[in-house]
Amino acid sequence: MTERLKSYRRTPGSFLLFLLVSLSAVLTAAILIFLVGYVLVKGVPYLSADLFAWEYTSDNCSVVPAMINTLLMTVISLLIAVPFGIFAAVYLVEYARKGNKLVRVIRITAETLTGIPSIVYGLFGMLFFVTALKWKYSLLAGACTLSIMILPVILRTTEEALLAVPNSFREGSFGLGVGKLRTVFRIVLPSAVPGILSGVILATGRIVGETAALIYTAGSVAKLPGSLFDSTRTLAVHMYVLSGEGLHTNQAYATAVVLLILVIIMNLISSGLAKKVSKA
Amino acid sequence: MAVFWNRHKENFMHGVFLGAACVSILAVALICIFLFGSGIPAIAQIGPFKFLLGTTWKPNNNLYGILPMIVGSIYVTAGAIITGVPIGFLTAVFLAKFCPKSIYRFFKPMIDLLAGIPSVVYGFFGMVVMVPFVRNGFGGKGSSILTASLLLGIMILPTIISVSESAIRAVPESYYEGSLALGATHERSVFAAMLPAAKSGIMAGIILGVGRAIGETMAVIMVAGNQPRITNDILKGIRTLTANIVMEMGYATDLHREALIATGVVLFVFILIINLLFSIVKARGERS
Repeated sequence: MTERLKSYRRTPGSFLLFLLVSLSAVLTAAILIFLVGYVLVKGVPYLSADLFAWEYTSDNCSVVPAMINTLLMTVISLLIAVPFGIFAAVYLVEYARKGNKLVRVIRITAETLTGIPSIVYGLFGMLFFVTALKWKYSLLAGACTLSIMILPVILRTTEEALLAVPNSFREGSFGLGVGKLRTVFRIVLPSAVPGILSGVILATGRIVGETAALIYTAGSVAKLPGSLFDSTRTLAVHMYVLSGEGLHTNQAYATAVVLLILVIIMNLISSGLAKKVSKA
Repeated sequence: MAVFWNRHKENFMHGVFLGAACVSILAVALICIFLFGSGIPAIAQIGPFKFLLGTTWKPNNNLYGILPMIVGSIYVTAGAIITGVPIGFLTAVFLAKFCPKSIYRFFKPMIDLLAGIPSVVYGFFGMVVMVPFVRNGFGGKGSSILTASLLLGIMILPTIISVSESAIRAVPESYYEGSLALGATHERSVFAAMLPAAKSGIMAGIILGVGRAIGETMAVIMVAGNQPRITNDILKGIRTLTANIVMEMGYATDLHREALIATGVVLFVFILIINLLFSIVKARGERS
């Protein structure tokens, strides 16, 4: 190390670049650690039993209904988006011929969907599901909006997972006289499961953190929904409402802690799965 | 029935897969139809020039000029680029060429976590930490262009870092080795030999970051102040296109509501342009 530092004496320009690069990295790490640390330190003391009461009142600001709503929202959105995403990826990887015009259009539209900001999804959901289909602010309208939003995520990760399955698997299956469809479902998809799962978890993370797309599609009623057509409030929306009121800052800190922990868990699972894929 | 199914299932499922693949086309088509279908008539009714170039937004007086919001979005995005791009870019260089493996194992998941933190949490952090910080350190009310720029700069970091990092990693190692062999230092080899080759990939990352910054909603609302005015003072509040939609959609009716949807249309067009730029830059990088 000292030798390296000595060699910098002759090249001050390089030393400056080295300093700049290291400084930026330290700054990035410091920002993240400060942000997560600050929220945790301020929020954890307010994780009281009240906060996890079964019913929400404006006194206890319970997060339990919001957590259950988030879970419902996630499950329904995934139920809609995952089959479409996986099937679409199967088409692109296993069935479509190279240079197919339709494939190019599909890729362009999927990329467009990735870039659309969540508030535009929210507007669309409000115009289409809430108003045109007359679903009102509801769990279903929110879930449908989110499922369009996460479709490209699932499509892309599944595609990558399918591409990573070695061709010899398919050839072996075909060589045994197995049809294409059976090969896809019995051989290709099972080997791609970890990759697909990591995409699903990535999508779950987006659903859990989403606010802008939900405010005007699922609404913000802080109760458990009686049916698919009732308005609900997910954890992220709950957090937004709490911090907007300005009366419940402590509870907002605690809600932020719950959200952060959920996201950290999701990230850990997703990266664990991704490692499994790269090892295989 | 069973015989029929066995004979035709290959073709049938082929059709199912194809249909699923077309859902993304259908989704984009529906989004365009519904947004443009509700927004364009409103723009026509207000008058395209009055709408896009009008400097007053007073729905009560039937004045719907969104120029302040367009300028606001551009200001905070520019601010995010000024604060976020240099740090993100240099961190990507660190990750790709300077980072020891033992540190990388922790650093990379941290960047992923930074990408996964919900925007409300960022917004809340901005509200309780950055707004008071700017208020005490620089004056003004705290909710300002400066605060929003700093916060957005942090939020676009992971996008810029991960895209730039993979662009740098895609450069053939021989560029670096050749430069070293000519007697250049490690730093000089990285910056003078590798980075020019990774230029378009890094550019693509920056454009993606711009897209994220301009479309960000919740975090900006919580720190930007949201006054619909044009100002050049970075310590004053401003309202972005995204904020305009969320703040007023709850109670807007008739033309006011349609004007808000039209605001969304303008935002959507901005995003489409940015996407187009992104794919052009990316395609150019892949060709070279």
